[in-house]
Amino acid sequence: MTSERNASADEQVLPNELPRPEGEREALEAVWAGPRGWRIVSDVNNTIIGYFYIATAFLFFLAAGVLGLLIRLQLASPGNDVLSQETYNQIFTMHGTVMMFLFAVPAVEAAGVLLLPQMLGARDMPFPRLGAFAFWAYFVGGTIFFCTLFFGVAPSGGWFMYPPLTGQRFSPGVGADWWLLGIGFIEISAIAGAIEIIVGVLRTRAPGMTLARMPIFAWTMLIFAGMIVFAFPAVILATILLELERAFDWPFFIAERGGDPLLWQHLFWFFGHPEVYIIFLPAAGMVSMIVPTMTGTPLVGYRLIVVALIAVGFFSFGLWVHHMFTTGIPARSLGFFSAASMAVAIPSGIQIFAWIATIATGRLRITVASLFVIGFLLIFTLGGLTGVMVAMVPFDRQAHDSYFVVAHLHYVLFGGMVFPLFAAIYYWTPAFSTRRLSEYLGKWAFGLIFAGFNLAFLPMHITGLIGMPRRVYTYPAGMGWDRLNLVSTVGAFLLASGVLVFLIDVARNLRLTRGGPVGDAWGGGTLDWVPNHSFGLRSIPRIASREPLWNQAGLAGKVEAGRYYLPGTATGARETIVTSPVEAEPQYLMRLSGPGWAHLSAAVFTAGFFLLLTVKAVTLASICGLLAVISILAWMWDSDPAPTEPVDIGGGIVLPTYASGTLSHSWWAMVILMLVAAALYLSYLFGYLYLWTVSPQTWPQASALPSPWSPLGPLAAFAISGMLLLGAHRLLSRKDVPQAGLCILIGLGVLALLAGLALDGLSHWRSGLRPQASGYAAMVYANVALQLQIAGPVVVMAGFAIARALAGRLTAVRRVVFDNLSLFWAYAIGQSLFGLLLTHGFPRMVAS
Amino acid sequence: MIRRSLPYIAAGTFALSGCSEMQSALAPAGDEARRVALLTWILFAGAAMILLIVGIALYLGIRGSERSRRVLGSDKAIKLGGIAFPVVTLTVLLGYGVWLMRGTIATDQPGTLRIEVTGEQWWWRVAYAGRNGTAIAEANELRIPVGREIDVVLRSADVIHSFWVPSLGGKLDMIPGRTNTLRLKAERPGIYRGQCAEYCGGPHALMAMEIVALPDGEFEAWLAAGAATPTGDRHERGRALFESAGCGACHTVRGTQASGVVGPDLSRVGARRFLAAATVPNTPENLARFIASGQAIKPGNLMPEFKIFSDDELGALVMYLVSLK
Repeated sequence: MTSERNASADEQVLPNELPRPEGEREALEAVWAGPRGWRIVSDVNNTIIGYFYIATAFLFFLAAGVLGLLIRLQLASPGNDVLSQETYNQIFTMHGTVMMFLFAVPAVEAAGVLLLPQMLGARDMPFPRLGAFAFWAYFVGGTIFFCTLFFGVAPSGGWFMYPPLTGQRFSPGVGADWWLLGIGFIEISAIAGAIEIIVGVLRTRAPGMTLARMPIFAWTMLIFAGMIVFAFPAVILATILLELERAFDWPFFIAERGGDPLLWQHLFWFFGHPEVYIIFLPAAGMVSMIVPTMTGTPLVGYRLIVVALIAVGFFSFGLWVHHMFTTGIPARSLGFFSAASMAVAIPSGIQIFAWIATIATGRLRITVASLFVIGFLLIFTLGGLTGVMVAMVPFDRQAHDSYFVVAHLHYVLFGGMVFPLFAAIYYWTPAFSTRRLSEYLGKWAFGLIFAGFNLAFLPMHITGLIGMPRRVYTYPAGMGWDRLNLVSTVGAFLLASGVLVFLIDVARNLRLTRGGPVGDAWGGGTLDWVPNHSFGLRSIPRIASREPLWNQAGLAGKVEAGRYYLPGTATGARETIVTSPVEAEPQYLMRLSGPGWAHLSAAVFTAGFFLLLTVKAVTLASICGLLAVISILAWMWDSDPAPTEPVDIGGGIVLPTYASGTLSHSWWAMVILMLVAAALYLSYLFGYLYLWTVSPQTWPQASALPSPWSPLGPLAAFAISGMLLLGAHRLLSRKDVPQAGLCILIGLGVLALLAGLALDGLSHWRSGLRPQASGYAAMVYANVALQLQIAGPVVVMAGFAIARALAGRLTAVRRVVFDNLSLFWAYAIGQSLFGLLLTHGFPRMVAS
Repeated sequence: MIRRSLPYIAAGTFALSGCSEMQSALAPAGDEARRVALLTWILFAGAAMILLIVGIALYLGIRGSERSRRVLGSDKAIKLGGIAFPVVTLTVLLGYGVWLMRGTIATDQPGTLRIEVTGEQWWWRVAYAGRNGTAIAEANELRIPVGREIDVVLRSADVIHSFWVPSLGGKLDMIPGRTNTLRLKAERPGIYRGQCAEYCGGPHALMAMEIVALPDGEFEAWLAAGAATPTGDRHERGRALFESAGCGACHTVRGTQASGVVGPDLSRVGARRFLAAATVPNTPENLARFIASGQAIKPGNLMPEFKIFSDDELGALVMYLVSLK
């Protein structure tokens, strides 16, 4: 495992000499010291937020698990009445919703937040306060959302929320609104986390950790986050449209008025299917970390696995229709989606055989983590096989919406995600806790969970095929389903007893710490096994292989002694090294923000804004919205510190402390945010064109459209806005920036953008078009709404930039605030122009 | 023979023999269902085999000999097991699946009988085409002739439902604004149960139906009788109550003043085997209970409870309804 040659070569190039200066480590510790006591909620460090995040996600897992047990209790015998019909319907809706949105995605995101910086050799995530904001938004929003169940007002339309059942007419209660606003809001938090993860993985890796040397877990988190960026906007758009329909009667999904219920299904599953892989990929990444350590050998087929992961990411966007095989879609297109659904099995096959190959190459130590991995391999394989079955259209037409699918999805999700998660908890606990979890209790937990899981879900394959549909709160006796259901119920409780044993283990042995954990308990090869502190690694090593701890002798000790880069704090602030995305060469030193309250109040007020809207408390919601914006501005105010002199991080490397343009990490985050916005708008474009294909008769004649000259006004306004943006750009490049001029240009430019949007909206209104009239009309006004959704942040950012300029904090060098504004502003102009072309041009083009 | 015994073998392996087979995809009684049942067993066998192979490979990887571990540990093994094998099997399966799909949904040849079924919260509106273009309304029970290709025309009046009779074939959704057509054929006389397979709110679990497959002659006679004014003993008192209580605002009894179209057609309710969309057997007691306290039988159903009748009146009303055949 160790190579003498490497070690000696390494010895000569260590960047920093011993002994380290007096007080260097103490200064580092002081800068990274987190608040104590109850003030810990203001902390932003990834380790603390990671703990909070995982604990919250796990609580939701337990809560939704209890809901699952209630479901099994009700179905234990035919005609049972433990739960009433409405309660059952709320419970199965919440079980699915909470497991998917409040447990699975946050849990893997949490694992990323906790593990990635350490694994990549960064001190923290690149946007600590954004990460903390995402967590608190999720915590507050999720908790309130879950509590609706106790008041009997939880949604009851299923986690898939198909209209028209979830429309105003058939679900007049507030439950559907809780789902739409609550979950929509939590998705925004997931996107914030995804942006942070992408920038973190691509820009904060240890020097020398090229993409080809990156741990597989980081690869999976990168692909996970990338998939969130493209998949979540589709469901966010869907929730916006359905909420607009419910609140203002805009008939996107009402067939009589030219809407279509299937539009929801397309948008939902365009998100929903990638979602499955979004959950699974990081779990597979965890397995790819655990297997090499437990066998003591590097992962066999690393490159094949990376290719497989990327392939899954792409394929998963091409098979959403396999959730709609029974909707009557023409057979020819079904064939395509059937093929795509099967093809996605191949990358999973590659991974399974790569893990087996790794196990065969080394010697697998049978630990609790290994057991959960073995359980995962068997269960997930079976889930994949039944996945191939349901990918076959004729078979799916029997299995769809039956208990067979319930069995399949639990094999894939529980087997594919929860088993690896348990493995990961047993595996990584020593890196964060002063005690390990018990191997004895762990084996009991595994045995009970494995046996209980199979007992509960294996029979459901049969239950479904002999006719039992999903989502039924009761069933008659004499259908042959009684005994199978009873067995499933017994299995579910056995599974729960295993989780209970796990909880006992956690209560007895888990002692999280900010310093002095057990450490490298398994002899791992990656940086997550170097001693961990609140500041991550003491010094940031140069990496020469995928398993640096195995190939660079004494690495952990040298890192801890401070012999590598940045052994202390160079600027007196929290900081981490930003490296180039592919080769991971140091580029500049990023200063990170510390604990604070503004992001926390921003999260609470954002949650308040969305949740109060649900109960139609518009005034209170607006106040919360305003307070949220103020909080965000307060939080952002000190997020762009002034440049300092370049600093020496050791080994002759001198780095600037400020970067703008494409070099800046914040430029990257902004571009990813624009991709999110573009994905949202593309989903809208799909919806617009889709409704046209479904009911072209509701599209207007040319005579009913606004005058062909009417787009000229908005066009001119957008052009002026663009020119003012360019002008502002020019001004800021000057040596001494004329601040008043800059502020005027920005202010007028944004006003021009708003004026253009207002003119466009008015032109439709004046033509007599009302959003309630038809699916077409609703889509036209949805375009206006989406443009305003982009313009709103532009206005806020412009105000912020003006304030920065007036405060002398916006200069030719210190210009990230303006760069971000100009990116988003330019995007807003582009999207507005496109919307103009679409809503005025397309109907003319297709009008007869 | 072998094929027919397979379900029993499977049930036996789960020690769960004695299943009712009225609503089972593994007890096919129609062309498509039979093809899919065969496919199911092929898939099960294949999946079991592959799972076994993976299990053995995993075991050999952990505990196997040096040689077997060296073989499993190579890049070649990954490419063989993870790429070559799935590509071949999946291609074959896909071909088979596409071949099976021919003619299940997209047939151009119209069937010999057309039945319109509309999903409503939470029952099935049924309409047969009678002679000279009139429609014969039924509800919650589908009578079909054995051996004939039938087009079931599926629509929805409110939310999405799904028409699923596992013994005869796969399901097809009923979606507002759309019309889907499902081709069915029963190979032998019998009673097949179906159930709504798309969650449609409230008592979705209690939205079932029965398909009664009759010999062609019997079916034609039944259909012809439906076009005529219902026969059967007319219990005048019951009928008067039915009309005076306003039942006719929602329900139709052909040949009487009751012509409501909100709820199920009751012209031949007495001949049906079940009530409330196959929720309870159609007995006089259940009929009386459903009228007076229907929410206890099917919580959430849209018919108000009629508690205005005395026992005596209820008896007369039920006698009248039972006589409608």
